[in-house]
Formats: sequence, C-alpha cells, structure tokens
Amino acid sequence: MYQYDEYDQRLVDERVAQFRDQTRRYLAGELGEDEFRPLRLQNGVYIQRHAPMLRIAIPYGNLRAAQLRKLAHIARTYDRGYAHFTTRQNVQFNWPALEDVPEILAELATVQMHAIQTSGNCIRNVTSDPFAGVAGDEHTDPRPWAELVRQWSTFHPEFAFLPRKFKIAVNGATEDRAVIQVHDIGLDLKRDEAGNIGFRVLVGGGLGRTPIIGDEIAAFVPWQHVLSYCEAILRVYNLHGRRDNLYKARIKILVKALGIEEFRRQVDAEFAHLKDGPATLTEAEVARVAQHFVDPEYAALPATDAGYEAKKAENKPFAAWAKRNVRAHKRPGYASVVLSLKPTGVAPGDITAEQLDRVAELSERYSFGEVRVTHEQNLVLADVRQSELFELWQQVRDARLSTPNIGLLTDIIACPGGDFCNLANAKSIPIANAIQARFDNLDYLHDIGEIELNISGCMNACGHHHVGHIGVLGVDKNGEEWYQVTIGGDQGNHTALGKVIGPSFAAHEMPDVVESLIGVYLELRHADERFIDTVRRVGAEPFKTRVYADRAARLEDERKVVNG
Amino acid sequence: MAEIIKHGAIHADDWEVLRLAEDDEAGKVEVAHGRWIVPLAVWQAQRDKLAARAEAGVLGVWLAGGDDPAQLADDLVRLQLIAVDFPKFADGRGYSIATLLRARLGYGGELRAIGNVLRDQFFFYIRCGFDVIQPQPGKYSAEQLQSALASLKDFSEPYQGAVDRAEPLFRRVSREVRA
Repeated sequence: MYQYDEYDQRLVDERVAQFRDQTRRYLAGELGEDEFRPLRLQNGVYIQRHAPMLRIAIPYGNLRAAQLRKLAHIARTYDRGYAHFTTRQNVQFNWPALEDVPEILAELATVQMHAIQTSGNCIRNVTSDPFAGVAGDEHTDPRPWAELVRQWSTFHPEFAFLPRKFKIAVNGATEDRAVIQVHDIGLDLKRDEAGNIGFRVLVGGGLGRTPIIGDEIAAFVPWQHVLSYCEAILRVYNLHGRRDNLYKARIKILVKALGIEEFRRQVDAEFAHLKDGPATLTEAEVARVAQHFVDPEYAALPATDAGYEAKKAENKPFAAWAKRNVRAHKRPGYASVVLSLKPTGVAPGDITAEQLDRVAELSERYSFGEVRVTHEQNLVLADVRQSELFELWQQVRDARLSTPNIGLLTDIIACPGGDFCNLANAKSIPIANAIQARFDNLDYLHDIGEIELNISGCMNACGHHHVGHIGVLGVDKNGEEWYQVTIGGDQGNHTALGKVIGPSFAAHEMPDVVESLIGVYLELRHADERFIDTVRRVGAEPFKTRVYADRAARLEDERKVVNG
Repeated sequence: MAEIIKHGAIHADDWEVLRLAEDDEAGKVEVAHGRWIVPLAVWQAQRDKLAARAEAGVLGVWLAGGDDPAQLADDLVRLQLIAVDFPKFADGRGYSIATLLRARLGYGGELRAIGNVLRDQFFFYIRCGFDVIQPQPGKYSAEQLQSALASLKDFSEPYQGAVDRAEPLFRRVSREVRA
C-alpha cells in the first residue's frame, strides 16, 4: 500500500494548517459564509442536518490497520461512536463539531489520511477496483496509476474551481469493478499489441439528475501521456463547461452538447500542446510509485486447502458465508474476504468504533494489516489464507460482520438519506432496513440469488440507484416522501441505466413492491438466470404489471378493512 | 489608491479597471487619462487609438471568463499589463486563461488577478502565472492583507507542474521509496 514520504506528509500537514486558519477566520467572522463554503467543501466538510458532516478520503479504497484504529478513535472522541462508508471509497462522520474539524484533520494526518477534495467543484478522490492486486482477472494493477492521478490532482491550481465536481476512476481488470462508465473520466488500463500499457479513456459519464453513460474519447492513450491527456480534458471543461446552471454544469452535459467528435477534437487540439511536456510520466516515477504496490510475502500453498473444504462440508452457516463472502484469489491457497456492513437493521455502510478496531486487529492477524473499501459499502480483507478462513469467520461472526449476503438482495447500497443529509428529499436507511427485514430468511435470499438493490434519497444519486438492478429514488411530492422504482440498471462491463416502472410509492409500500418484483422474477426465471438477466430477456412489462396489480389489490384490502 | 500584492509584497497601485455599463458601447466609450485596464472589447474596438498608450505602459487589457486569450496573441508584445477578471471567486476559468497566456502564448508582462479574489486562492493564482493580485477595494484591511501574504506560501512542494514551476515534483526531486 502507498506510504507517504516527506513530500506527501508535508502537503497534508500544510493542508491541516491552512484549514485550521480558515476555520479560525470563519469563526471570527473574517471569512464569510459563502466564502468559507467552497473552502470547507474541498476539505470534506458539509454543514448538515445535525452537525457538520466530515468526508474523509480513502484513495482507491486502501486502508491500513493503524488508519482504521484512528477512525475508531475519531468516532469515539469526536462523534457518536460510529462511521459511515460511502459509495465512493470515502468514510463519513455525521456528528463532529466544526471547531473540532481542524484537530480531526491533524489526527488523520498522523496516519497519512486527509479529507482533501472529497467534496466541492474540484477533482474528487480517485476510486478504483477494491480487488486490485488480488483479482484473478486483473491484467494490470490499477493502484499505481490511481496514486499517480491522486498526486497530480491534489491541489491542482488550475482545476480547483471547476464548473462542478469531477470524478475519475481507474480499472485494470477484465471485469470493471470501478464503475468507470459512469465517471467524468473513466480510465481503463489496456495493452497494445506490443504489450505496452495505455488507457482507453471514457468521458462524460455520471449519475445524478441526468444519468449518462460515458463515451469513449480515446481508444489508447500511452501511459506516459495519461496525465497530460486528463489535463487537456479538464482544461476544455474548465473553460467551456456551463456555469450558468448548476444542473447542467457537469462535463457530461458539455460532451453531449458538443457531441463526442467535437469534444474530442477540442481535447486533441489541447493535448497537442501538452504532449511530451513536463507532465509526461517517466518510467522512473511509475516504477517508484509501483514499488508501493508489490505483492505481500505470500506463502507457497496448495491451490485448495483440504481443511477449508472439510469445514465447508460440515458447517452449513460457514459454507453459506464462504459461498457469498469469500472470493477467489490470484494466488493458490489464498482468498479475499468481504466483511458485510449490511446486517439487517443497520444503516448500509455504518460501522462502530469497536468494529473498526476489531477489523484492524483481524487485518493484522490474517491479511497483512490491510483493508479495502468497496463502493458497495463493504470492507475487504484481500489476502487471507484459505486455511485460516474458518477461524476468521468465527471472529467476524462475533463482530457482527459476517452476514452472508454479499451480492444478495439485502446487500443494499444506500446513501445516508434524509436522516442525515440536507440535500435528501426522502429517507434511505429506513427503506433499506424495511426491505432487509422482509427478506431476512437466508435460504430465501440465497435462492433469489445475485441482485443489486440501490437506494438514493435524492436526485444526486449517491446511492447509485440508476445502476441498481432494482433502483429506488426518494422524491418529494408536496412535502411528502415518495419512492420511484427503476429496474434493469447494471454496473460493470454491462453498465445500463434502469428504467422507471411507473408512479412512485409510499415508504411503507416498498417491501411489498420489492416482493412483487422478486415474485415475477422467480416465476419467469430460467435456471441459473440472475434477476437482471431475466429483466433483460423479458423486458420490464411483466414486472410493472404485477407490481401495480398487487398494489391495487392491497389498496382494495385496506379499503375493506377500513369499511369493516 | 488600491493595494495590490506584487511579487509577494504589498504595493500601492494607481491602475483603474474600466468596466462597461450595460449601455456602454465598446467602440465609443472614452478612456480617460491615467492608467486604465480596459475590457478586451474596448481594446479590440479602439486598438489604433490605444496602442501607443499600451506601448507606453499606461494601458492594460482585462479578460473576462468567457474571453479567449488567443484573441490577444498578436498584441502580447505591446501589452505590458493583462488582467483576468474573476466575476465570482468560485469561477475558475481565469486559472486556465492565465495558464494559456503564460504557457501557451508566451506572455511575459504583468498578469493581474482582479475582481472577486480571495486570499485563500492566492497560492493558486501564483501557480497559474499571476504575478499581481488585486483584491477588491475594501475587501481586506491593511492588517488583513499583511497576514494574507502567508497564503501565498500555503504549500511548499506541490505535486504537479504549473506555470510557476513547470516541472512536476517527480522531475524536480528524487523521491525514494521507504520500506
């Protein structure tokens, strides 16, 4: 994992000093509310429902044990004993006092963490594949590239006040686990025929109010030029992106307005001036950064561990967990373990200080002291020996992190919603919890199989509802909270945007609606067909019809009860 | 007299910025005596008349966020002062305009940030090639401006190249990996 040197550390320390002074001036009335706003946002500080919300960066999802312990300490000392992992490889605290934020940032800096550019109209925290370095389908490790992008974008003086936020994701595997098609820039590592590394570059994807799948702007940008090429894109956007309308300010709107050909022409014209300039990456620099991401010292192990196989055969709950929460690893005898932050009744992505400490300890004992954060809001121990899985499972079970639901219906992605977020039109957490409660039967859940259910409390789509197989969007209708449902969305290589099935629902209806959708699927599915594949094969119509027929029947029943 | 920050220190300054009213016509507006920074449109409409003043160093041109700095490409040799206006401090177009003027068009004269400029952005202005920062009159007290000088040095060794230091950190220093 990347370790700061004196330069990285100094920048983070200088940021703490800068923000400490900015906060002081704001509290003293020298810095106006409007002036402080973009400054605090670029430090991850929102003013929220309960208190400031502090969003901390976890660049491309990598964490060390000491960093988890620091987060636990912050949760206890400055917050209410828990933290929330988001869909963008960040972690949030919901209850800190603004006066404490400089001190929290100072504490984070001691473990090489920060909140730089986790919000605001700048280049945000770069994201990547949580299984980078360990996935069997990886052809090029994306982490060094993500780190190079992180350094280039940190305090970039030209791009700190963009028309709108800007998100970059990097993927290096056959399967896209970084959702690059719905990022402002998606960088897909490729190799040309001679084996040279480069990037297929996507641009103008994004969710939010106007969800758009990114266009390919370049089929292959050689690695040396990736930062200059990003600079060209950013400059065209900074100069020509719309600033008159907040809702039309993202790069995706500019790309659509110009058309990808014209946008590409402008970027290429800009790139022609930058190519081979000082931003051109050198082999030495790439090698230096890549040295941080060499494999840990794996033991030579047999491909499968007999003890692990035996435990699975004799212990059903362990087998269920192994099936859902354990992933294959590129090295023989190893596995990656997903710790579920989705037990029923807990806000998706929430974790207590005790659990954070526990995960730190487990990572040291079983996984080289490292942890990954997924955009599905779970944690990963990436390098566990198969022979230690049973022991690890017993430990994570005690820590309530062993729910065997990864990739299943109750592994819900949800934003914090109206309970915490000022922007939200509706609540997300109670909806998630109600659906989890309805589908609490594990056998049933496993029978339903792989399905992604994503919930956002507003148009900003932090819960990525557009790309959920089932998407739920909270909307405001005359001051009341309603929920619009989409189906057919998907992430990864087959990224697709879901389609709305019809009029929205009241909160209490949501478990019934999901049950109706699942009911249709179970009737229509072919053997081994996932929910999303059935939707693709039969279309949305049977689902729509059933959901609204079931709803009409429920309303009729309610009427009968009322009329006695 | 306004106070500006020039090359890292506070200076008194008698330049005035000409801003057109809605019904002013760029070709007709009279540029009074004294040191004036005029809008690009006025410069373009009255170039013949104003060129000598520009060459004498008493007339500059300012660009708005939507202006293309390439429009000044042929004038850069005679202009000794170009300003870039920040209509809102959060409107970042001026950073790219300054970068293009310096790095692309090779402008070597005074480059001044005007309009709604904040001390918290001083570091970025300098990095993008501004050598003069002119806060709005009354924005900062003398004391505040003095303390604001510290913001010019918020970060000592930035990662990426920019106008002030074209070479990124990885070209400037040798960084070693520690085990």
